[in-house]
Amino acid sequence: MAETISKSYLENTGRYKGILAWLTTTDHKRIGLLYLYAMMVFFLVGVILGEIMRLELFRPGQQFISAQTYNGIFTIHGIIMIFTVVIPGLAAVFGNFAMPLLIGAHDVAFPKLNLFSWYLFILGATIALSSQFMGNGPPDTGWTFYAPYSTQTHTNVVAAVFGAFVLGFSSILTGLNFIVTIHRLRAPGMTFFKMPLFPWSLYATAWIQVLATPIVGITLLMIIAERWLRIGFFDPSLGGDPILYQHLFWIYSHPAVYIMILPAMGVITEIIPTFAQRRVFGYKAIALSSLAIAGVGYFVWAHHMYTTGISFTARWVFSLLTFLVAVPSAIKVFNWVTTMYKGSISVKPPFLFALGFIFLFMIGGLTGLSLGSLATDIHVHDTSYVVAHFHYIIFGGVGFAFFAALHYWYPKMFGRMYNFRRANISFVFLFVGFNVLYFPQFVIGMMGMPRRYFDYLPQFTLGHQISTVGGWILLIGIIIMLVNLFSRKGAKAPDNPWGGKTLEWTVSSPPPPENFETIPEVSGEPYDFE
Amino acid sequence: MDVHRDDIGARLGMWIFIFTEILLFGGLFLVYAVMRNRYSDEFHQAAHQLNAFIGTLNTVVLLLSSATVAMSITAVQKGEKRKGVMLLFITLVCAGIFLFNKYLEWGHKISIGLYPGSELMIGLKHGYILFFSLYFFMTGLHMLHLVIGSIILTIVMVKVQIGSITQGKYTLLENGGLYWHLVDLIWIFLFPLLYLIT
Repeated sequence: MAETISKSYLENTGRYKGILAWLTTTDHKRIGLLYLYAMMVFFLVGVILGEIMRLELFRPGQQFISAQTYNGIFTIHGIIMIFTVVIPGLAAVFGNFAMPLLIGAHDVAFPKLNLFSWYLFILGATIALSSQFMGNGPPDTGWTFYAPYSTQTHTNVVAAVFGAFVLGFSSILTGLNFIVTIHRLRAPGMTFFKMPLFPWSLYATAWIQVLATPIVGITLLMIIAERWLRIGFFDPSLGGDPILYQHLFWIYSHPAVYIMILPAMGVITEIIPTFAQRRVFGYKAIALSSLAIAGVGYFVWAHHMYTTGISFTARWVFSLLTFLVAVPSAIKVFNWVTTMYKGSISVKPPFLFALGFIFLFMIGGLTGLSLGSLATDIHVHDTSYVVAHFHYIIFGGVGFAFFAALHYWYPKMFGRMYNFRRANISFVFLFVGFNVLYFPQFVIGMMGMPRRYFDYLPQFTLGHQISTVGGWILLIGIIIMLVNLFSRKGAKAPDNPWGGKTLEWTVSSPPPPENFETIPEVSGEPYDFE
Repeated sequence: MDVHRDDIGARLGMWIFIFTEILLFGGLFLVYAVMRNRYSDEFHQAAHQLNAFIGTLNTVVLLLSSATVAMSITAVQKGEKRKGVMLLFITLVCAGIFLFNKYLEWGHKISIGLYPGSELMIGLKHGYILFFSLYFFMTGLHMLHLVIGSIILTIVMVKVQIGSITQGKYTLLENGGLYWHLVDLIWIFLFPLLYLIT
């Protein structure tokens, strides 16, 4: 074992060669990359689907696809982006790659289970995508699969829903793996409150994955049972209740958005101190607010259901809790900004993306409040306003944090630097394109533009056209970024290109297969910059 | 000494997995609670259609099987391999008896045309339909987990026999037993909710 310490995990040292060495790996770093490559493909497919929608919406009336096709496209766009990109998201890629390094471990607690999770991920995505190509046509229910339409439409709902079920299983097993890893494999001396904040965020996320995902699992099985067996849980003609479906669905799907955002916030909390060269302001507040978000996030689900006819008491209670859950998120924003105060700021690409995150996440979060408030929600429910809100949080938030993490850990992952100027240019295109794409959707949403509609009244035309052009600018940014990162012609990366203080920067870039020759003993505080 | 072995971690992982299984069934219990609240009289009457004797028999059989699997762990801890294997075998026999009873119950209902989506079912009152839908879904999902548990215990039994699981290394047996206790526990909740609410 000692002889391999100077090698990189990217070189094959085992019995297998080539792609087989990757498909049989149990190295968390390789598994992180396997997730990265698969997710990049799924993300690009999702982006293309989005661009097709925006092209169709360039003018009112049918342009080049039918209404049925449009419905199928927004459905699979949602399924791909939510279940195969953002939910696995940062946890599957960077949690896998970096977390064991950050806590000073050789690997995760269950490396073989980790690989199995990846195979489930690929299987689930394949099953979900197969829904596009089978006999009865792509599902047209939206990614939310609301009953009664989802139980009655002739399209391939079962394939999509079962794919999501398998993906959920993958998520549960990863969460389980991370919880046990963080409990059992922290380096000696690294108590919970000496652990860096990205693992903290992954810990909170893992608990949500483990506790919430089974509920959507059983709900999706109920959809299949309705379609195949007419069990009647959601069918009023048999005594069932479609609103029951919505409750069950959102009991998972709301916590799911915290699965998406918590690791993103964790990454930002790693990046900001490094590029301000100051320790995190309010370490405990950030750690505990992650748990608070995870906890309170379980109790807000019906804010997706204000217009369904639930009681007034239910409505104001959920609205109150929704406002409460915004507090720990806001705490983090204050902590990030205060960390920068009197710091020695270095505006490298990871930091630029982190700043972009803070700005876009705030817009997303604040517009969430107008959705969480009963009176204003009535006006904007099911309009483009909602679409803009969640894209600001999910794409502007989680997406930009993903790009930030990619630019931050890239030297560690691949052993090479990338071109900073091109990265900055890609950031500008991404940031400008993003805002031009989504901000008009707030405006036309407030004016009354419904979501999931492929046609619209003429007064929304200008907003749609601006938005579509924004989508093109964004696409250019994505292309520049990917070309920059995958050209692999940069200089060899040093162990610690950014001056970070966490453990991954103490090993070579790329790390050796077992991460550390000897497990380090941790004594100081994390982020020990002063 | 197996460098990568962590018995505590393995047990922690299994407990978390058990937790997720409980939540999976939890969704069904939630639907049950809502529907029973809505159709309490009809649930009460529909439950008469279930045979409480067979249900009780199945409960006793599963409780016995939980006892035998726990005893098999003690046997292996004491190094008594034959006894361990024997007790696991008895556990599997109990699982088989349970499955046979379920075959009789379901078989009877299906033979009289009472199954989800059947003409007879669709014509019943709403509360009756939902009760039987829940009956089939919950006991069906439970049966699936019983089969999975049986496969796990079979693998574990073989491993005890061939010496992969020993007095010094039996976490896999403990985890398998834990999963079996979960299967039992779920039934303990299903039984009164379906059979005893008359």
